[in-house]
Amino acid sequence: MSGTTLAASRSAARVVGVVTVLAAVALVELAIRGGAINRFIVPLPSEILLAIPRIIVDENVLHRFWQTTQEILWASLLLAVVGIPLGLLLYRVRILRLACETWVAALAAAPIVLTYPLFLVIFGRSATTIVMIGFAAGVAPVILKTIEGLVSTRKVLTDVGRSFRLSPAQQFWKILLPAALPSVFVGMKLGLIFAMINIVGIEFLINFGGLGQLINELAERYDLPGTYGAICFVVLTSIVFFDVTERLERWLRPIE
Amino acid sequence: MAAQRDVSSDRAPAVTATREALLAVEHVSKRFETSEGVISAVDDVSFSIAPGEFVSIIGPSGCGKSTLFNIIGGLVGDYEGRVTVGGNVIHGTHPAIGMVFQEESTFPWRTVLDNVAFPLEIAGVPKQTRLERAAHFVSMVGLSGFERRFPAELSGGMRQRVALARTLTSEPRILLMDEPFASLDEQTRLLLGDRVLQIQQALRQTTLLITHNLTEAVQLSDRVLVMTYRPGRLKRTVEIHLPHPRDSEVVSSDAFGHYLAEIWHDLREEASRGIKEDESRVLHGRGKA
Repeated sequence: MSGTTLAASRSAARVVGVVTVLAAVALVELAIRGGAINRFIVPLPSEILLAIPRIIVDENVLHRFWQTTQEILWASLLLAVVGIPLGLLLYRVRILRLACETWVAALAAAPIVLTYPLFLVIFGRSATTIVMIGFAAGVAPVILKTIEGLVSTRKVLTDVGRSFRLSPAQQFWKILLPAALPSVFVGMKLGLIFAMINIVGIEFLINFGGLGQLINELAERYDLPGTYGAICFVVLTSIVFFDVTERLERWLRPIE
Repeated sequence: MAAQRDVSSDRAPAVTATREALLAVEHVSKRFETSEGVISAVDDVSFSIAPGEFVSIIGPSGCGKSTLFNIIGGLVGDYEGRVTVGGNVIHGTHPAIGMVFQEESTFPWRTVLDNVAFPLEIAGVPKQTRLERAAHFVSMVGLSGFERRFPAELSGGMRQRVALARTLTSEPRILLMDEPFASLDEQTRLLLGDRVLQIQQALRQTTLLITHNLTEAVQLSDRVLVMTYRPGRLKRTVEIHLPHPRDSEVVSSDAFGHYLAEIWHDLREEASRGIKEDESRVLHGRGKA
């Protein structure tokens, strides 16, 4: 597929995506107005839309959005800086991989969020606790997918490197890492999902600012349009991070 | 076993590692330990190649051709015998030897030009110089205009040409190719053969081609070495006295047909043995299960 065709199909996909979301929202609006959904449980999307300017002004939502974004940013940096090298270490040291891979996979399924009191004891009631829980929740898929990407690198590519007499460092930077990147990015995206869920969840639980705390406060006030409006900002954070990740991946691996 | 080896040695060419030989393979043997016991993949293989010569090794599947390719290329160690380049014994990979692999080996994350410039990048050649030199080899393999394309945008034949250009960019004294066009259709293979001949004649490139394709071997080579089925030994050498410069038109000549028949006469027995042994192994395996 040529570059122009690829760009055109990506634009078309975005348009279809936006139209689909708008159609779903319109459908919910109709379902609530028609009485199919209880409006005391799910507010009208139009009410949520009207609540957004209010929570921006009254609840200082942009500041909270920025706080949550920063926490996710730090957690994702930790995921990349610690998770990818850990994956590489387990790939290189076979005995370590055989010993630890199952435990790492188990960590991915563990309800890390329930261990938040332990993190509070270690890091105090601070943003560090939130970042570290996000990191701990997301690191397992990053490690596992990094290992998978490195292991599944086609042997012929490393043979090409050997035939050109690459040093071990050159083999890694010029061949292994680029070849493993698609899998590494899958791991990063999964890790980000886990990290974001846990970050917002912990903000909700420990009342330490951010969008999670705002959702908690608005829910306790039974301000449903405001609560859903704040959730929209969580979704926005997620969209921003995924968009940045995808752009980064396309920059590093232009064509698949 | 010893008697078999003697017979094979009688028929195989003597070690011809003369002073002018650029590449010499001397009494090379390789065994692998498998769950079914020790398998002798290559047994006492000796031959040499003079500078500028194009030699093909042909044999049935499983005769150890690719093992020999990996031994000469330095990717497989722990073998008996020795491999020399210019009279010097080599251990492991050697800058004088450039390899083109059977499997698709271009880097999907690099453009054609960046793929071809790869060896120069590793050698630390400045960007502008390496891109100019890479463009020269891209043009040589007939891919001008595709420099900015990625491998995913190319056909299988084009990708193999990129791999060939990448190896040529490292300017190896010996080009080692392992069935580079095996996955391509016959017509494309013939036309790419023409391209390889043009390049070989332009660069006077010493080339060793591993193949199981008779037409390809006769079309391209000055000499064809026929291997036996497992363990792989040299059975016979056939000198190809077809005129140079040569192209795929040569396949319609009587002489070409004569060479094909001559090689097939030797190869048929080995290929039949290979098929029978494979069938026997499968049946035996099923019996065990």
